[in-house]
Amino acid sequence: MSDKNKANSGNFEPRIVAFFCNWCTYTAADLAGTARMTYAPNARVVRVMCSGRLDPQFILMALREGADGVLIGGCHPGDCHYQEGNYKTLRRFTLLKRLLQDMGIENERVRMEWIAASEGDRVQKVMNEMTEQLKKLGPLHLEPVPIDTVHKKVEESVAQAEGVKI
Amino acid sequence: MSKPKVGFYWCAACGGCEEAVVDLNEDILKVVAAVDILFWPVALDFKREDVEKLNDRELAVCFINGAIRSSEQFEMVELLRKKSGLLIAFGSCSHLGGIPGLANLFNREAILANSYKEVFSVENPQGIYPQQSCQVPEGTVTLPALWNTVKALDQVIDVDYYLPGCPPPVELIKDAVAAILGGKLPAKGTVLAPDKALCEVCPRKESKPEKPQLREFKRPHELVIDTEKCLLAQGLLCLGSATRSGCGSACVNGNMPCTGCMGPTSRVLDYGAKALSAIASLVGSNDEKEIAAILGKIADPTGTFYRYSLPASLLHRTYNSGQGGN
Repeated sequence: MSDKNKANSGNFEPRIVAFFCNWCTYTAADLAGTARMTYAPNARVVRVMCSGRLDPQFILMALREGADGVLIGGCHPGDCHYQEGNYKTLRRFTLLKRLLQDMGIENERVRMEWIAASEGDRVQKVMNEMTEQLKKLGPLHLEPVPIDTVHKKVEESVAQAEGVKI
Repeated sequence: MSKPKVGFYWCAACGGCEEAVVDLNEDILKVVAAVDILFWPVALDFKREDVEKLNDRELAVCFINGAIRSSEQFEMVELLRKKSGLLIAFGSCSHLGGIPGLANLFNREAILANSYKEVFSVENPQGIYPQQSCQVPEGTVTLPALWNTVKALDQVIDVDYYLPGCPPPVELIKDAVAAILGGKLPAKGTVLAPDKALCEVCPRKESKPEKPQLREFKRPHELVIDTEKCLLAQGLLCLGSATRSGCGSACVNGNMPCTGCMGPTSRVLDYGAKALSAIASLVGSNDEKEIAAILGKIADPTGTFYRYSLPASLLHRTYNSGQGGN
């Protein structure tokens, strides 16, 4: 059964890598936990000191290494512990979104949210929403490709090309 | 003592790299005096059979420029790899995929349809596309297969060193040749160029603001460019901050912003993402709508930031739903 079919039959569990800022969103996730709010367990949370620490390379790497989606959580504008880290995130994300679109990666797969330390319910809502959206979208087929398998892929693509009317 | 044997080959490239070798001017005579050129199809009449007849590793060094996008190019570089001691990726296209690598924004079918059907100057009512093999009275004629994905050289064969640039600057070629002939080579996999960003050595460095606040982006034809001032501060999308130096600041000296042909420094995994990060961070606004408007002036972010490096990027190519992203 292909991944696509799996997605349709509802068995597909998306993998989300969530980068949460230490001061706001991570604390909010903590709060959601202590308040026993339940939400979809699909995200692997990575705590970063500031969403501004998020190099766009991390996001591409997460997708490359098998994530179906990436969630970025930072402080509300004006609330950044480092004054303007989240503004940098906003600027980078605005441009990165266009690049991802060009590359055929759906907008819903990479999401940025401002979640304050007190908004545990918002973490719950966003996690559930994103998981549902990704379930609908299905898996992202970006498997990591080690160099030694490239030869095989090349042979395959040559074989595929044979007899194809181009 | 016999002279070291050398080969040059080109794959998907524009010919500029071959030009750069010729640009060694009189120094090329020194090179020719020091080595035996056994294979250089663009300049000398050697054939594939001549290479096949060589012993394994008989070529001391082989320079390959151009990206790999067809079965023929792949077969040739595989053959040359077998016959060469050192194999050097020469120029942006073999180093990172280069301009031909932008074809990875499309798939094979779209590229062929565009070239053989949709372009307004093409008249092809029967929709005849190039065939891999075709029967003619004299027998069967064949063409190489065009791949769906353009690849950088090290994505198909093992590469020893890289000479970056579009084309590699003459000084770097000279240094590389001298290092090879003198046997003074760095660790395998090294990019044979300085490992500093261009901004560091830019002649306009002094005029770069401490904290550039970019309020708008302009294309070079939209303004009269100040010949002394930092290009980024003038609103031009100069990628010097994310790009390796070693080019002698040729573009910047020519009053044009850096477009990133030397690729990233050794600390960077994905050139485009890093360059995008550097430029976007400098936008001088905190308002979501305003930021979008300012960045909206960058017409083609993917083509701009991955101009020379799409195949070597983390994503490699566009992801087509259900087809995989490789």
